[in-house]
Amino acid sequence: MDVKEQTLQHAWKDEIFDIFKRGSVEQLVYVPDAGHSQVIKKAWADDVMKPVPVTTEEDGVAVVCGSWLGGKRAVLLMQSSGVGNCVNMFSLIKNCQFPFFCLVTMRGEWAEFNQWQTPMGSATQQAFEMMGINVLRADSPQSVPDVVSAGFDAAFVGGDAVAVLLSQSLIGRKKWDAK
Amino acid sequence: MSQNNYQHGTINRREFVKELVDLCPEALIVTGLGSPSYDVFAAGDRPENFYLWGAMGAAAAMGLGIAIAQPEKSVLVITGDGEMLMGLGSLAAIGAQKPKNLTIVVLDNGHYAETGMQRSHTSLGVELTGVASACGFDWTLAVREPADVSQIAKQVNAKNSVGLANIFIEAIEYPKALPPRDGSYIKNRFRGNLGFEPF
Repeated sequence: MDVKEQTLQHAWKDEIFDIFKRGSVEQLVYVPDAGHSQVIKKAWADDVMKPVPVTTEEDGVAVVCGSWLGGKRAVLLMQSSGVGNCVNMFSLIKNCQFPFFCLVTMRGEWAEFNQWQTPMGSATQQAFEMMGINVLRADSPQSVPDVVSAGFDAAFVGGDAVAVLLSQSLIGRKKWDAK
Repeated sequence: MSQNNYQHGTINRREFVKELVDLCPEALIVTGLGSPSYDVFAAGDRPENFYLWGAMGAAAAMGLGIAIAQPEKSVLVITGDGEMLMGLGSLAAIGAQKPKNLTIVVLDNGHYAETGMQRSHTSLGVELTGVASACGFDWTLAVREPADVSQIAKQVNAKNSVGLANIFIEAIEYPKALPPRDGSYIKNRFRGNLGFEPF
């Protein structure tokens, strides 16, 4: 039985997948978020890019580093709440100078209904930066492809550790009607 | 049962690991921080080894990333019970992928040896083989006899299943054998051995 998809379609989500595809990403490692759902869905339909769901985000950090050890590019997708789960695991990236690319959908920063998302959402950028990971941010649909592509190349061409934050305003308001 | 005198198993970890590594000469090995890194290094340094010195909980998940990236190679994770417990969720990630070339070997002394032999969950009722089995692993093995090492090596080298072996080892500390701590060096050496250039 198929569960009906309940997320909005956006062109920039397809563009993100295309950047990963052109960039020979072979593992899409993720804890899901509505903002990532289109990319995740495409990975499940792809013959080369393997979707690798993890139960907690720090495991994803280890998986993408393992992929690089094995000579292949992997990217990590998560929601801002997951960034805090990763902090000690980021020492793997710093110590070994792994190239690292992480795409984060933001919560707790724009029309947030659930204030439980706000503490980590407010600290997401600092959590990355205090562990030596550079942060880029996309706030408009038009800027997404350029920012994602710039971060991706900095990681896999330049060997850098980069996180791209996708503004909550890109994703749209979550419906909270209690019906 | 006192905190420190409880013995979980009888297998000599150093001898067992040496035997296992010798029987799996082709395997790419990831080691969990602490004693498993020392055991594998003591068995003989090799470029196919990636030693963790931190990032507790990472070993099995790193093994998964390598196993997917290198499906023709056998990947062997050698870690401790404490390290495996911290990354317990990675067994679910592995079970969902079922790579045919991944074996997790847990050196289980039921204690956190590195921090002074405090009891761990595996000597308080938690069975890692049961967890792996419930996560969909093709096989699990609870090992109490050193001779079972050949059975594990056979599975590692066959590259036709994902499995977890829990080795009940003696809770004693051996002299530390310290592998390089320079993660960047170990990473580049590991990749170079597979034919991948540094930046």
